[in-house]
Amino acid sequence: MAVTHDLGIWVAGILTLAIFSFLYKDNPFYRFAEHLLVGVSAGYYLVQYFFSAAYKKLWVPVFQEGHHVLLVGGILGLLMFTRLFRRTEWISRYPVAFYIAAWAGYVIPSYIQVRILQQAQDTMFNPRGMPLGEALSALILLIGVSTTLIYFYFSAEHRGPLKTLSKVGITFLMIGFGATFGYNVMGRVSLLIGRFQFLFTDWLGIVH
Amino acid sequence: MKRQGPIILAFAIGMLMLIQFFTPAAFFKEAYNTILDWKQVVLGFTFILGTWSLIRYHYIKINRKRENWQYSYVTLAGLAITVLAALIWKTAEGPYPWLFNNVQVPMQSTMFSLLAFFVASASYRAFRARTFHATLLLIAGALVMLGRVPIGSYLSGSIFGVKISLVAISDWVLNVPNAAAKRGIMIGVGLGMTATAIKIILGIEQTYLGKTD
Repeated sequence: MAVTHDLGIWVAGILTLAIFSFLYKDNPFYRFAEHLLVGVSAGYYLVQYFFSAAYKKLWVPVFQEGHHVLLVGGILGLLMFTRLFRRTEWISRYPVAFYIAAWAGYVIPSYIQVRILQQAQDTMFNPRGMPLGEALSALILLIGVSTTLIYFYFSAEHRGPLKTLSKVGITFLMIGFGATFGYNVMGRVSLLIGRFQFLFTDWLGIVH
Repeated sequence: MKRQGPIILAFAIGMLMLIQFFTPAAFFKEAYNTILDWKQVVLGFTFILGTWSLIRYHYIKINRKRENWQYSYVTLAGLAITVLAALIWKTAEGPYPWLFNNVQVPMQSTMFSLLAFFVASASYRAFRARTFHATLLLIAGALVMLGRVPIGSYLSGSIFGVKISLVAISDWVLNVPNAAAKRGIMIGVGLGMTATAIKIILGIEQTYLGKTD
């Protein structure tokens, strides 16, 4: 058994145990760790996002490379602070409208391309020359995608053939939810194993 | 001015972003990239606003001595130390990456690993074979889980002379019926997002502007 002398691992080990203590019940150690996590994470993301935006996309291009057009982004950013005061709150609608519209303009072509056309294209299949097993799987995939979409079609009442097809759709959805759930459980369990490995190997040196 | 101005701005920016997709003109490509840079700068400023909101919340909590107010000092101290570490020693080395590697990452992954226990209790409730669809959920979940552990690779047999392994079945469930459901949802989400984006650009969707004046 060789306990580490690394201060960082000691801090990480103690904080890991503090979070695990929640399994017994809510307690001061857990609350301390939880609040510390919120504070450190907020600080980390503030530094990452603000400095990468303010320094790399504003300070460097405007004051070092002379791209003054980027100053507009800085002005829009500063206008966000007008929402802190009730009388000027409405001004912050401009940067919000800009941000939302830029996002909307960006997602329309990219979503149509990636989430609709590409997905529909990958669902189509040509059984000619395909092994029987693969062709069957491709057919099941096509039926699954079509019936799932029918299940989410609410513009007409689900009666007759539409009802039957939407029932097939919910069958695929249930298999999908079950598989996703199982996959998530395994992901969490492997994360848990990773934490125990850290505690017993890296920190306490019990397991090699 | 208070409401029409932002709607006009949204229309202009949204259309400009869309037009560049259909034209090879260099001006539109340049405008597109500039708008994306502005967007990133605005996002950076919103993080300051968010942090201000967090500080304000904890300040009020301490001031009014609300339940568990003492822990608010921990949050504020964690925030201040992380930001100061980045300002004084820069971000590449020193206390800032140390805090990330030894405080944030271990706690975050432990927090997510805790969910393994809660997911176990949730699965007990979700995976009860009371209806046909609940049974499907149970079977699909069990197959995927068994296919991801070492014992799953030992569980195999043959039907009509065809060798079937549990890992292969698990992979098939993930790649065919699961992929079909996911793809259907993805196409639906894509259609919904596109429709919402068009409504925003045309000024039909205005909820992002907040309450009416």
